Amino acid sequence: MSGHTQHHIVPLRHYIGVFVALIVLTAATYLTALIDMGPLNTPVAMAIAIVKALLVILIFMHVKYSNRLIQTMVIASALWLMIMFGFAGGDYLTRGWISG
Amino acid sequence: MSSHAATIRPGPERSDKPSYLTDGHTLKSWLLTVDHKRIAILYLAAITVFFSVGGLLALLIRAELFTPKGDLFDSDTYNKLFTLHGIVMIFFFLIPSIPATLGNFLIPIMIGAKDVAFPKINLLSWYVYMTGGSMAVLVIVLGGVDTGWTLYPPFSSTYSNTNVALTAMAAFVTGFSSILTGLNFMVTIHKMRAPGMTWFRLPLFIWAHYATSLVMLLGTPVIAITVLTMAIERVFHVGIFDPTAGGDPVLFQHMFWFYSHPAVYIMILPGMGVISEVIACFTRKRIFGYAFVAMSSLGIAIIGFIVWGHHMYVTGQSTYADIVFSILTYIVAVPSAIKTFNWTATMYKGSVSMDTPMVYAMCFMGLFLIGGLTGLFCANLGLDVHIHDTYFIVAHFHYVMVGSAMFAYLAGLHFWFPKITGRMYSEGPAKFGAIIIFIGFNLTFFPQFILGYLGMPRRYHFYPEEWQVLNVLSSAGAMTLGAGILLSMLNIGWAIVAGAKASANPWMAKGLEWENASSPPITANFDEAPIVTEEAYNYPAQLPSAAHH
Repeated sequence: MSGHTQHHIVPLRHYIGVFVALIVLTAATYLTALIDMGPLNTPVAMAIAIVKALLVILIFMHVKYSNRLIQTMVIASALWLMIMFGFAGGDYLTRGWISG
Repeated sequence: MSSHAATIRPGPERSDKPSYLTDGHTLKSWLLTVDHKRIAILYLAAITVFFSVGGLLALLIRAELFTPKGDLFDSDTYNKLFTLHGIVMIFFFLIPSIPATLGNFLIPIMIGAKDVAFPKINLLSWYVYMTGGSMAVLVIVLGGVDTGWTLYPPFSSTYSNTNVALTAMAAFVTGFSSILTGLNFMVTIHKMRAPGMTWFRLPLFIWAHYATSLVMLLGTPVIAITVLTMAIERVFHVGIFDPTAGGDPVLFQHMFWFYSHPAVYIMILPGMGVISEVIACFTRKRIFGYAFVAMSSLGIAIIGFIVWGHHMYVTGQSTYADIVFSILTYIVAVPSAIKTFNWTATMYKGSVSMDTPMVYAMCFMGLFLIGGLTGLFCANLGLDVHIHDTYFIVAHFHYVMVGSAMFAYLAGLHFWFPKITGRMYSEGPAKFGAIIIFIGFNLTFFPQFILGYLGMPRRYHFYPEEWQVLNVLSSAGAMTLGAGILLSMLNIGWAIVAGAKASANPWMAKGLEWENASSPPITANFDEAPIVTEEAYNYPAQLPSAAHH
């Protein structure tokens, strides 16, 4: 087959920047866990986790610089995860609606 | 769309290059091969062993059920028998059966490539499979496991005294071979197609395997993590699924079935691909509604992911979730029906010849019809409460997974046997075997629909005396089925040793594997890289029936 697609060269300082950001966000997860925000506890922790996951997927895993096919695959995988969470969560959220 | 000047090429003369079978004779040349065809043979050998083990376990189960009393085995042993039968047949036979053998062998040849995209990963997948398989064998040696193949907690994670953690690890490890195979197929189909082999010129076998790979890649990681967390709960007593430790057993079922329902489509989709190839060849026609059949594979793969809750109607799942899953389950029947109708329409006014693969394909269509339609019974919220965990369900899923997937596997093995081995089997015993298997299968499982409807629960080894007649019929059917499979395996085995030499294209079929590769193919598959200039199944109009082997 006609060779590999060209690799995007990411400058080292981007990786270091992502690493620092991940450390800072981990600290943020820890610190926010010490504060009781009531119903916002979980959403805040999840939001930080999603930002961290995006940094890893987009920059460490080079998805940002990849072609459409790879990006489609990544989005499809995320969508599938949402299907699992969504339909399983749908069960838990609607259990109280009617009894029996 | 039989366009201008459609012809069938008889295939290349025997090449002066060695075939993949003769290119290296040492054990090392097999165990370290990166040739997709040899890896397919390695898989075939291993799968045949597991199929035999699973089949023997089934015969023991049916032998016990000849009589209403449990007189051959005690309850614990019986629990282990049906658990091991399920685990061996599902994880070690049905899931890899068609993709890892026929898929591995044929996908590169059908799209005009030399090999899969990642040959070493392909070999790795076989070793991973063998590692998982060895762990399963170890489970049997150490005394078995008794949770049922579904491994439901809290029984599996807390109460069972058998080898649950090892079984979970066997399933976990084997899952990775499935992921590697799916990854390889998907990249191969995207990247390795020959010039001119556009997406809508692909044989339907390829479309079916593309859809299967999608399910393998997106579903298998979920079962891996699910059984792993169950094992973690069992070994380290972390409360995830066990309610006494704050866990939720229904969560396990959600995650388990998120994979294990689509896994049914891993078993059946490749079979549907085989059936499309066989029907096109033995009716000498392009598959009716090619694009619809291709897209229905993707439709099944995608909709199949959002129906899992139909396994959970009686678990305490919310009524609203029940309703949504029920509606979606009815919808997933549509793409399956599209395929069945289109195969039937293909045969209409076709030049049908009843060779062994076609006999298997005809059996498949009848059995899949029954398996699929009884699935609609089970999708029904009210009726399912009555038939849940009865023999009706056992009969239903055996019609789909054995009646359909296994018949398609046998159809494919017979269809591509001359290509794989370069030899021809005896048609008479092969056809006779197919008919015995068909009769044995129906005798085994049709009475189970009635038993289930009458209320006989699955997984018990004793039952009231009034159900004995139906159970004896079923057990006699299982023995017949076993005899038919044995006969077919002996016939195939004999043909491998002493069958007549086959030409490159004994069925006069369309497709690169028949028209451009010799039987058996050379290591690089083709002498010259093929260029595709026509649609799939471009059979000449009104050709007299197949010129025979």
